[in-house]
Formats: sequence, C-alpha cells, structure tokens
Amino acid sequence: MTANKNYTIKSAREDLDKGQISAQELFNYYRDKINTENKNLNAYLTVFDFPNSKFLIPNSLLAGIPCAIKDNMLIKGTRTTAGSKILENYIASYDATVIKKLRTTGVVFLGKTNLDEFAMGTSTENSAYGPTKNPLDISRVPGGSSGGSAAAVAADLAIFALGSDTGGSVRQPAAMCGIVGLKPTYGRVSRHGLIAMASSFDQIGPLTKTVEDSAIVLNTLCGHDIFDSTTVKKEVPDFTATLNDSIKDLTIGVPKEFFAMPTGRQGAGLSLEVAECVKTTIAKLETLGCKIKEISLPNFEYALATYYIAVPSEVSANLARFDGIRYGYSAQDGENLIDTYFKSRTEGIGPEPIRRIMLGAHALSSGYYDAYYLKAQKVRALIKKDFDDAFKDVDVMVGPTTPNTAFKIGEKASDPLALYLEDIYTVPLNLAGLPGISIPCGFGSQSQMPVGFQIIAKPFDEATLLRVAHQLEQALKTI
Amino acid sequence: MLSDTELDHIAELARVRVAPEKREQLKKDLSAILDYVEKLNKADTSSVEPLYQTTGLVNATRADEPREEFPMTEKLEELLNGQAPARKERFVKVKSILKKN
Repeated sequence: MTANKNYTIKSAREDLDKGQISAQELFNYYRDKINTENKNLNAYLTVFDFPNSKFLIPNSLLAGIPCAIKDNMLIKGTRTTAGSKILENYIASYDATVIKKLRTTGVVFLGKTNLDEFAMGTSTENSAYGPTKNPLDISRVPGGSSGGSAAAVAADLAIFALGSDTGGSVRQPAAMCGIVGLKPTYGRVSRHGLIAMASSFDQIGPLTKTVEDSAIVLNTLCGHDIFDSTTVKKEVPDFTATLNDSIKDLTIGVPKEFFAMPTGRQGAGLSLEVAECVKTTIAKLETLGCKIKEISLPNFEYALATYYIAVPSEVSANLARFDGIRYGYSAQDGENLIDTYFKSRTEGIGPEPIRRIMLGAHALSSGYYDAYYLKAQKVRALIKKDFDDAFKDVDVMVGPTTPNTAFKIGEKASDPLALYLEDIYTVPLNLAGLPGISIPCGFGSQSQMPVGFQIIAKPFDEATLLRVAHQLEQALKTI
Repeated sequence: MLSDTELDHIAELARVRVAPEKREQLKKDLSAILDYVEKLNKADTSSVEPLYQTTGLVNATRADEPREEFPMTEKLEELLNGQAPARKERFVKVKSILKKN
C-alpha cells in the first residue's frame, strides 16, 4: 500500500465489500501509518492490536472500520488516562455505553487519543503526556480538548474518532483541523463510561471526514441508557435518510452578536479572516435557496462567564473522586487519610484541572454560592430562553465555530483566560443543551489554516442540522 | 485580587496544596477569571428561576429491581478492587483517620 488513502467510512465500506481490502489489511494500513507518523503528532496515547472478533456483521456500515477513541472513554481491560498523571496506570473495568454500541456494529478500535487533562482545555497543550500537533502545521495546536481525535482523523490515522464536548471540545478541534465535529443534543448519547467533567454539559460526539460519516456514526451512538438517567427516551431517526432532502426555504438565523464581539483583550475578538470565510459561506447558503435572517441572542455576552462558573463548580465535585484511595496515582507517604488525599491530588493532577477545581470550590463555597453558582444558573436560564425565542423564527442558526484559526503551540499557554475565549461560540450550545456541528468552510487568508463553520439546531433536531451541513459541504466542494 | 487567606481556604476545600513558588501566579490566574465573570452582575436575573439542566427530565427513576448487567464475580471484584494501592483481603486499606492516643 502506498499513497494516503484518506478513507471515509463510505469509501472504506465500498473497498471492504468489494473485497479489495480485508478488515485486517485496513487495520494494518492504519497501524503502520500510526507507527510512522504518531511520533510527530502525538495524537495517540495507546494503540491496540487487531482483535480476534468477527466483523461480518450484516448490513452494518461500520463493520471492520478502524476508529480512534478519546482517552476519557472506557474500553474494558485497557488503559484510560484522561490525559492525567493521576490515571497513568488506570485499567478500565467495563466498556462505556458508546463503546458497547460501537462493538455491536463491528468497528475496530485503533487506539486511544490524547486530550487536555480531564478534557479541560482548547489546545491539547494541557495533557500530562505532551501536546498534540496540528497535522496541517505541526507548529500549531490542533484545538482541544479532543485534539488527539481531531488530529488522528485529519492526518488519516483513523477513519473516524469519538470525542467529548463540554464547551466545544469536539467542534473546536474539528474546526482547527479542517474536519467535521458534531455535538449531539444533551440527552441524546449516554455518558456512562465517559470520565465525567461537567455532568450537565458533557456530551459525546463523532469527529469525521464528512457529514455523511457523522450521520452514520451518530445513528449508532444515540438512545436511552439505564446507566445514564439524563438520556431521553426519544425515537432516534435514521440520520442518513434525510441528508439529501431539500433545504430550500429553510430559514437560517445569523445571530448579530456573533459578529459584534468586543475586541481589546488579545485574541478575544473575531478575527478578520474567520469573519470573511464565514460570511462567504452564509452567502453560499443563500444561493442554495435558504432564507437568511438576522436574529439576536441578547445574553450571548454572558455565555462564557456563565460557563466558567457553572463548569468549574461541577468539575470540583466530579474530580473529588480522584483521591488516591481506590485507583490511580496514590502518594504513599501520607501521614493519615486526609494527608493522602492532599498529596495524591497535588502530585497527580495538573495545573489546569487544579485551577478549575479551585474556582469551582470557591464558587460553591459558603458565602459565595449565591453570588457565583446560583447567579450563573440564572443567567444560564436567560441564555436558554434566548435560543428558544430565536428558534421560533428560524430552523437553524449559523456562525463561526471559533474566533481564530489554530494558533501556535505555546502562544496562549501562559494566559488561561485567552484560551477560554477560544470557546466563546461553542459554549452557548452546551449551556442550552443544543446540538451543533462544525464543518470546514475554507482557509484563513492570513494563517492559511482551516476555518470552521458552526451550525446550531433545535434540541433533538440533529436531522435538520446534518441535512443543512451535508448540502452545504457538497456546495462548498464546487467553489 | 484573591488574598492569601482566601487562597488557602479554597485550596483546603479543594484538597490540594499550593507550592510557595506557584502561589502568586495562581492568585493572578484565578483573580483574572473571577474579574472576568463579574460581568454577570450586569444581567438582570431578578425574576429568573435557575436552570441546572436542559433535558426537562424530572425524577428519572427506574424500577427497584436487581439488575444483571454487572454480576459480582471474583473477576469483577478483582477488576474493581485490584487497582487500589493498598489492600487487605477483600478490602481497600487506608491510612488512619483518627489519631491514636
């Protein structure tokens, strides 16, 4: 095998079905590529061998398809680090629900991908196992926190990957690596077996090369799960069936606040090159027969601040379990029980999770709870209401996924707030529980790096989301 | 800017210790974020109920019946307990909680 095949699920399926390649050959092709290219990218933390199970699952589009999994989802009997030293030798004791579901389709797991520690970050620089590089320019970040998954798919070191999205961690790295990243509606996909970051926000989603592939993977992931009581008992449509239904006469909302971001602090404003690309893409939607309508999300300016109270609060509770007692890194020189907690956590957890745990502990603490935590949850209600109101008049909303294209490794590392601001367009969806997708819409005129176009839909309307994304993707190919 | 007392209190709640050489930077980083979130005070929430989750599901319970997904076997017990840093027989062993007199 020679050139880069850059298989999609669709094209690999065709080759497998025609017998041009076997599942094992396909796996070996990717394993060989990983062996050569991963040392430059650091996309994978763990790689697996070809399994002994069978892939002749009838009518499964995913049978024999090699994929990568973000290293915060459990695969029984294998290491799961969450990008943290505290879980360096942790072996999962069960399969996450999404892993179980994927197994029934016959996919093959290539390995586990790098991430910002406990999925906290926007650049994958926060991993205890070193940063992942952007395959399009290795001096730049791949985005985060699912940066390993995004880099693996963009570099064709996997056909697709799973990521998790708490504030943009699937969509933002997809945007920065020029691929497709989907965050389903909160409640669509079970998080059982996903190492929890912020439980009222976390959602698992696919990173793929095409929108059609995204729909194929989403078909497998959805559904109620008795192990995650936030999953809803809603019918799951076949998301691939409606991809080509007409999008003529759909109304596309463009929130004016997305393009009126206050500048000032470094990196806070929408960059010119991203704005240009996104505006051209909106015009493209108009040529496809969609109606473009300017709308308003009056509380958009509060979204990021709300997020950085609510999420650290949940983080501080969720990460309390890492205490050096039952599993993971444990300081053995503690004087007593509480000293073991202090030492294990201080030595095992990295700087960004520590910052967020401390912020959360502060926001929830006696005397500050009302001012921070409760206030944030009230503003969260306002933000949700803005979306509910705006969706009375439009079918989907669009805008940039990120204010900037992929930045240089180290460029923002010393300024946590500058990194947080990269999430400004993605966090409102998590606050409101909405589904969103990022698709590539061109390259920045300055950076020459990919620009992500975000589409937002009503709760549980991934079908419309994917339909618009698919047809826009096809139209953008013909420029 | 957070005071030293506040930093110590938060670290105590979070069960972490802050190394002396990291204190100033951490105070600066946390204070920058706390300053940024001050903007929430401009939002009028006087007649708003807080929103803690978005599904609208309430009391998502299940029938109180035993489930068979994870039958406890020696193997599973080993998977679960086998990673504890200190054990005694079937139990996870921890350091003392109360002081001996």
